[in-house]
Amino acid sequence: MSYTLGQEQLDGIEEILQRDLIDVGVRCVFLIDMAGNIIANRDNGKIKHDVYSLAALAAGNFGAVSAMAKIIGEGEFSLLFHKGKKENIHFNKIITEFLLITIFSNDISLGFLRLKVNETVEKVKQVLESVQAS
Amino acid sequence: MAFVNPKKKEVQVKIVYYGPGRGGKTTNLEYIYQKFSSRIKTEMVTIKTHGDRTLFFDFLPFDIGKVNGYDVKIQLYTVPGQVKYNATRRLVLRGVDGIVFVADAMAVRREKNILSLKNLQQNLANYKKSVFKVPIVLQYNKVDLSEQGIPLLPIETMDKDLNSRLKTASFPASALTGTNVVMTMKKIISMTMAAIINELK
Ligand SMILES: Nc1nc2c(ncn2[C@@H]2O[C@H](COP(=O)(O)OP(=O)(O)OP(=O)(O)O)[C@@H](O)[C@H]2O)c(=O)[nH]1
Ligand SMILES: [Mg+2]
Repeated sequence: MSYTLGQEQLDGIEEILQRDLIDVGVRCVFLIDMAGNIIANRDNGKIKHDVYSLAALAAGNFGAVSAMAKIIGEGEFSLLFHKGKKENIHFNKIITEFLLITIFSNDISLGFLRLKVNETVEKVKQVLESVQAS
Repeated sequence: MAFVNPKKKEVQVKIVYYGPGRGGKTTNLEYIYQKFSSRIKTEMVTIKTHGDRTLFFDFLPFDIGKVNGYDVKIQLYTVPGQVKYNATRRLVLRGVDGIVFVADAMAVRREKNILSLKNLQQNLANYKKSVFKVPIVLQYNKVDLSEQGIPLLPIETMDKDLNSRLKTASFPASALTGTNVVMTMKKIISMTMAAIINELK
């Protein structure tokens, strides 16, 4: 089985990621599915992470945390945050199948990041839902 | 589930090595990683315990170049084979496109192989998939051990135990020496790509 998104949708998503996250100072952002596939990614051009490995680990990590949530009777944890000395990672679920992952440094406050991520999630959701509906 | 990206002209395909604990899944990926080190630009990702057993998965991205004008990125995964890790094993299967079932050819592991195949069937059912529909290849691993006088299962026995209903390709192999490791991988890639292309038509 395979699935695809149209060129237009992918362009739309990348534009949202660029404008709402990279342009406000996020280092790197990617949209993945729960199988670990990368749907779209953007960065500020200054870093080169191994995005495929990151995607595989992120999907596994999120899957593990979701399974824990079920065991303790919590439907799900829809977001996750890992804090480092310089770099931080934030995960946010979109619909059931997708994850938005942002990597950002301490120049950005968590509150501001959350705000921007929430806006992005809403916009990306609309694009993804329009595809699913069609 | 493979993701086709028309913008980047790229397809991402997920292939999972499944099978009983200590059967040689990680060793398969390690061999592939060494053999194709010039083509694999990233490190192999492994999440394992002290004793070298896989705790969550191994991950190795592998570019096979262009098929029908699309860049094909094969993502090789292994599951943890130990019975107690079923929750994580199931997570790794999410969105799988093709499976290599690595059976252990040692005579003492006969029962473990059969149980692991049953477990695969159950875990796939969890994603509404069937072992009879997903592309799958069998590998009978550790055949090199016969030289040391260790009792192995005859091929016919393994075929009867594991392949009588699947009726798919099977390879006697040694992940340690590399015998048929690449053949196994090539076979599952070609079967998986055929299934994906067929479906896109
Ligand atoms: N002689 C021989 N030993 C092998 C072969 N393949 C794997 N082994 C050995 O068997 C042991 C287990 O191999 P792994 O590759 O770690 O097995 P695994 O299937 O990944 O095991 P789990 O991670 O627990 O599921 C190791 O000591 C390997 O060196 C083989 O073809 N021949
Ligand atoms: Mg292993």
